[in-house]
Amino acid sequence: MGLTQIAASILAALLVGAVTRGAWRTYSLLVLSVLAVYWFQPAIPLRSFDFWLPSLSLTLVILIWFITSQAGAWKSRQNLIGLSIIIGIATLIDLSRYIFSDPLLLATTPPQFIQYFIFIIIGTVIILALTRLSRTTAWTLSFSIILLLAILIVLKSPTLSLQTSIFFRTLAHRPIDNASALDLRWLGFSYIAFRLIHILRDKQLGRLPELTLPEFATYVVFFPSLSAGPIDRAERFAKDLQNEFILTQDETLLAGQSIVIGLFKKFVIADALAYIALNDALATQVHSTGWMWIHLYAYAFQIYFDFSGYTDIAIGIARLVGIKLPENFAAPYTKSNLTQFWNSWHMTLTQWIRSYFFNPFNRWIRGYKSIPSWTMILIGQLATMLLIGLWHGITFNFILWGAWHGLGLFLQNRWSDFAKTRFTTTNSRLQTAMQIGGILLTFHFVALGWVFFALSQPVLSLQVFMKLFGI
Amino acid sequence: MEQNKPRLFAVLIKAMLLFGLFNFAFIFTHNIPFGKLSLYNIVFLGRERFPFGETKESYNLSLFDLDAMFASHVLAGTTKSSNEYRVFLVGDSSVWGTLLTPEQTLAGQLNANPISACGKTIKAYNLGYPTISLTKDLMILDQAQQYQPDMIIWLTTLEAFPKDKQFASPLVANNAERIQHLIAKYDLNADPNDPALIKLSKQKQTFLSQRRTVADLIRLQIDGALWASTGIDQIYPKDYEHAQTDLEASDDFHGIKNIKDALAIDVLDAGMHAAPVPTLLVNEPMLISNGKSSNIRYNFYYPRWAYDAYRQQLNQLAAAQNWHYLDLWNLVPAREFTNSAIHLTPSGEALLTNKIAEAIQTTCK
Repeated sequence: MGLTQIAASILAALLVGAVTRGAWRTYSLLVLSVLAVYWFQPAIPLRSFDFWLPSLSLTLVILIWFITSQAGAWKSRQNLIGLSIIIGIATLIDLSRYIFSDPLLLATTPPQFIQYFIFIIIGTVIILALTRLSRTTAWTLSFSIILLLAILIVLKSPTLSLQTSIFFRTLAHRPIDNASALDLRWLGFSYIAFRLIHILRDKQLGRLPELTLPEFATYVVFFPSLSAGPIDRAERFAKDLQNEFILTQDETLLAGQSIVIGLFKKFVIADALAYIALNDALATQVHSTGWMWIHLYAYAFQIYFDFSGYTDIAIGIARLVGIKLPENFAAPYTKSNLTQFWNSWHMTLTQWIRSYFFNPFNRWIRGYKSIPSWTMILIGQLATMLLIGLWHGITFNFILWGAWHGLGLFLQNRWSDFAKTRFTTTNSRLQTAMQIGGILLTFHFVALGWVFFALSQPVLSLQVFMKLFGI
Repeated sequence: MEQNKPRLFAVLIKAMLLFGLFNFAFIFTHNIPFGKLSLYNIVFLGRERFPFGETKESYNLSLFDLDAMFASHVLAGTTKSSNEYRVFLVGDSSVWGTLLTPEQTLAGQLNANPISACGKTIKAYNLGYPTISLTKDLMILDQAQQYQPDMIIWLTTLEAFPKDKQFASPLVANNAERIQHLIAKYDLNADPNDPALIKLSKQKQTFLSQRRTVADLIRLQIDGALWASTGIDQIYPKDYEHAQTDLEASDDFHGIKNIKDALAIDVLDAGMHAAPVPTLLVNEPMLISNGKSSNIRYNFYYPRWAYDAYRQQLNQLAAAQNWHYLDLWNLVPAREFTNSAIHLTPSGEALLTNKIAEAIQTTCK
C-alpha cells in the first residue's frame, strides 16, 4: 500500500465508522474491501492479469464460502446482497473499459466483457458442481486446501512462477523472452490463502461458526490487512463485525495514534534504513567487516519497522470501523531467547502455524514411541521453521533461513533444559547481566539469520558471513 | 480524570496550528546554511568529488546546496599540513570524472605518485562538477577560497563560454542569491534579475515547498554511509554509447554567428583573478573525429569555424593578460575518449596528468 492508498483507506474507514450501523457497516466494508482487492493489485506484465488475479481471489472466496456454509445459505437476503456486491463491483470495473478512457482502479485496461462473461460462467459452473455434487464432504474440503497450497507453491517458487508466466504468454501469443518469476505478483494471496485454509481446517474440525457471505468475504479480503496482514481468526473477526459499533472520539484517537506511529515507522524509519540495508548489491560491494555489520543491523531494523509499521497502520484503520485486529509484534528484539522472539515476531503467522501445523505434527510424531524426545523436538522445530521459511518463498535461502531458526530453537530448548537446574542465581545484578546477554545474543542470532532472508543466493550469504567475521 | 482525556477536535486543531506555525517559521531559516551540517568527514569519509548522480544505485545524488556539496567533500575535513601544496581542479564532467573511479580522475592520478612543487608535495582536490558553464565554475572557485588553495587549475572548453548558457546549469539557476552576489563582487556583465535564475518567493520558502531540499540533504547523508562503505559514487556500465564520430553536416553553434561577441570573457577574467594564488587555465582536450562530416565539425559539440575562432581568441587573451595557459585541445587521441567528446579514458587522463604535473612544477619550481 502506498501513501495514497493508505490515505484513501483512512478516509473511507472514517466515513464507514462514523456513518454506518449494523448490517450496513458490513456491506460497506465488503464494498471497500472488494474495491481494494482490485485497486491495491500492482500492474503485471501479463495482459489484464491485474484484473484476473483479484477476480480469482474473489472467486476462491465465494467458492470456499459455498463449500463451508450450510446448504441453501446463499438464498438468504444477506448472502444474496453479498454476492451481488462482489459480482456487481467486478462487473462494473470490467465494464469501465467501455466508459472511461483510463482504467478505473486498475493499472491497465480490464479484459473485454465477453472474456469476463465466460469467466463468470465457468466460475459459476465450478462452484455449483463442487457444492451440489459433494457439499462439505471431507473430500471437497481437503481438495480446496490442496488447491490453495498448490497455488501458493506455484507463486512462491521462482521456477514454477516463471513456467506459469511462460505458459500464459504462450497462450496469449506473446513473446516469452521477457517472462519473469515476478510476473505473477498476486497481491495478498499468501494472507488470503492462510485465512481460507484456517476456515477450511476449522470446518473439517467442526469448530467453524456459521458466517454470512458478507462477513466471510470481508474477513478474507479486509482492506486494511489485505496486503500485509495480520492474519486474524474468522470467529473473532465476525464477532467484532456483529457487535454494535459507534466510532467514539476515544476510538478515533487511539486509531489515529496507531496510524501515525505506523506511518512514522514505515515511511520515515524503515524507508530511510532501506537505503543502507543489506541487499544483493551491497553483499559484493562492501569490503570492511564494520560496514557489513552496519548494513546487517540496518536490514534487521528496516524489516522490523517496515512490517510492524504496516501492521500498526492496518490495526489503526481497522479500529476506525470497529475491528480490533490482533497485534503482530511485541518488541521482538528485546527478547532474551529465541522462543520468546518467535512469540513476539509476526505473531499471527506463528500462531497460525502452531495451530495448524506444529501442534498436530507434534501429536502425530509422539505416536512413535521409539523416537527419542530430543529427536522429536528437533524434527518438530525444524519442520515448523522450514514451513515458515517456505511461506516466504520456495528458494534455498528461505530454506536456510528456516533451518537456521529451527536449529536455533532446538539448541535453545536443549540449553534451557540443561541450564535451568545448573545455572540459577538470586543475584539481581547477575540476573540483569544474563538478561542483557540473552537479548544481545538473541538479537545477533536473528540478525545473522536475516543474511539468508535478505539475499537471493546462498553464495552471497556465504560471502557476507565471511566478511562479517573478517574471513 | 475524564477532563484530562484528549479531545479529538482539540488535537486536530493544535496539530494543524503547530504544523502551520512550523511551516511558516521555516521561511525564516532560509539564510541559515543547514548544508554545512554534515556527517561527512566526521562519521564517515568525505567524498573525493562533489555529489552528483541521478540513480539510487550510484549511492549519489545531485543537489543545489553548495554548502552541503563542499561539506560532503574530503576537502572540508582535511587540515592543510605545512608540507602540502594544495591544488584545486575546477571544471566540468571531464574533471569530475564521468565513467572514471576517483583514482582514475585527473586529481586521483596527480595524487597517485607524489609530485613536488615549491618544495612541498602536491595534493590535488577534484572540484569539478558535471555541467558546463563558466559561471558555475566561478561559483565553485569563489566558495573554494576558504580552503586555502596554493594553486587553481581551471579546465574548460568552448561549450562553457556562450553568454546565453551561463545560467543553464541547474546548479547555477538554483543559486540565484549566490550568482547575484558574484555579479556584484566581480562586476560581471550579466543581469542579476535574469529570469533563468530561480528566485524563491516567500511562499516557496515554506517547509512544504522546500521538503524536497530537506529530503535531499538527509539523503546526501544516508548516501554518505554507502559511499564510505563501498567507495562507489557512480555507476560504471560495461557497455555505453561511445562519443559520436559520424556527425551532422551542420556548422551551427548555438545560433552564434560571431564567436568574439558571444563569449562570457568577463566571467573567465573574474575566475582568473578570483584567487590570490596562481591560476592555470587549461583548454581541455577534446575528441577530434575522423568520421562523417568531420571536415565541418570537430565533434558533436563544435563546428570547426567556431572552435578555431575560440582558440585563437583564448590564445590572444591569455598572452595579452599574461595568464598561465595551456592549450591541450588536441593532446588526446580519439580512441581515448569514452561517452562524450570531452570524457577521457584512464589512459587519456594519464596523458593529461603528465602535462598538468609539468605545468604545476613549472609554475612553482
